[in-house]
Amino acid sequence: MENKKTPLFEQHNKLGAKSAPFGGWLMPIQYEGIINEHQWTRNNCSVFDICHMGEFMIQADALLSNLDKVLTQNLVNMPLKTCKYGFMLNDNAGIIDDVIIYRIEQDKWMLVVNAATAPADFEHIKKHLAKDNVKIDNVSNSLAKLDLQGPLSREVLVEIAGEGILNLDYYGFDYFSVLGENIIISRTGYTGEMGFELYINNDKVIDLWNLLLENKNVKPAGLGARDTLRLEVCYPLYGQDISLKTSPLEAGLASFMDMKKDFMGKAAIEKKQQQGLGKKLCCFQTESRRAPRHDYEILVNNQKAGIVTSGSYSPSLGCGIGMGYIAEQYSDIGTEISLEHENIKINAQVVKRPFYKKGSLRG
Amino acid sequence: MNVPEGLFYTKEHEWVKIDGNLAKIGISDHAQHELGDITFVELPALHAPCEQFKQIATIESVKAASDVYAPLSGKISAVNNEVVANPELVNQSPYEQGWLLVIEITEESQLANLMDAEAYKNYLKENM
Repeated sequence: MENKKTPLFEQHNKLGAKSAPFGGWLMPIQYEGIINEHQWTRNNCSVFDICHMGEFMIQADALLSNLDKVLTQNLVNMPLKTCKYGFMLNDNAGIIDDVIIYRIEQDKWMLVVNAATAPADFEHIKKHLAKDNVKIDNVSNSLAKLDLQGPLSREVLVEIAGEGILNLDYYGFDYFSVLGENIIISRTGYTGEMGFELYINNDKVIDLWNLLLENKNVKPAGLGARDTLRLEVCYPLYGQDISLKTSPLEAGLASFMDMKKDFMGKAAIEKKQQQGLGKKLCCFQTESRRAPRHDYEILVNNQKAGIVTSGSYSPSLGCGIGMGYIAEQYSDIGTEISLEHENIKINAQVVKRPFYKKGSLRG
Repeated sequence: MNVPEGLFYTKEHEWVKIDGNLAKIGISDHAQHELGDITFVELPALHAPCEQFKQIATIESVKAASDVYAPLSGKISAVNNEVVANPELVNQSPYEQGWLLVIEITEESQLANLMDAEAYKNYLKENM
């Protein structure tokens, strides 16, 4: 199947981007270089084309419609105009997807989901939602998304969307008038920095992209930098660090489930809690500049102890960093591990998350 | 892409500069551009033997680890420790400061298996 292109594809070409397939889309991986884009985001402000991600608009009473049951987070107690990060689980507590839930009105929601999983997510939700008094639309093909991330992003956005931006708390959102449209802007992101996610109709996204880039503090950044930025703050990537084969428990993401309410997969979660997990998602740092990579084996005392799920050179730390599942008995902070693949052998140590602690996230 | 005259090239994008029985090796401008920011270089030990088109070094970029292959058989007579300390030299100066190692070659006839600048330019055109 041919990869889809976002409305910004020609803009990326003009900027000299290198593109590659990701989640069924041909996406810009880098413009001037991953390390420069990474550092620019940590110190200034970058704009990312995130149009590939999926968005569903749902009109439903959270409880009567079963929407609250499909998601691990409690929707009922969410204040209006706030977001929550949570999961959709199957009956075995495997993660179908990680999602951001937006409460637009009392009974109006937006779910933001991963690109590759969006079609299956939509079918899953539709299947489990009540049929009466429920409306669900997959607006992924008409709604564009740009992420503006970095310590200067708030000032940049005030110039475009007004002073109201200053009222947004972490994980809050609102509608703002931009380019004659009423668009959702949330104070969320995937970099560990002060940042925002902007949702605008496809036909206006080129104008918004160019408007943001008119500010000399803003540069484009690709998915390469997005990956190193998120890994430095230990945000999981669906399909790599979390998947149908893992539950939020072993991924260390239990706090994004409300165990006081009912949800799909909860019984399996409770069973796992009793039986023990067996493995845990750990963060580790290498002794050299050499980076661990996805699928490298993790060994402790020459015994196979786990597998690397994400790894990269860390531009902020100047060494290799990674995440992976390690057998529980070897998962303590400070454990010396070896990461191996063919003739490669890298010494590393299990460390506390996150790797990068100086992010401007909460302002 | 910069493809200097007077060098030999491989299909795996290494370059070779011949000086008597010594062959200086690096990766081409095209290769460094494709890899992106280079973050780690592992070079072989001095005097280690090497065989044409067999793995001899490793270069890592932010995105991936890649093998470097020996363009010619022989043994390692010098390595560039500067690029181990500063891997970005391979990006900045692939044909000069970013050289990787020198092979003392044993089979000069193997040069026939390499491309000259003209042939490498055509190879890039056909394959990219």
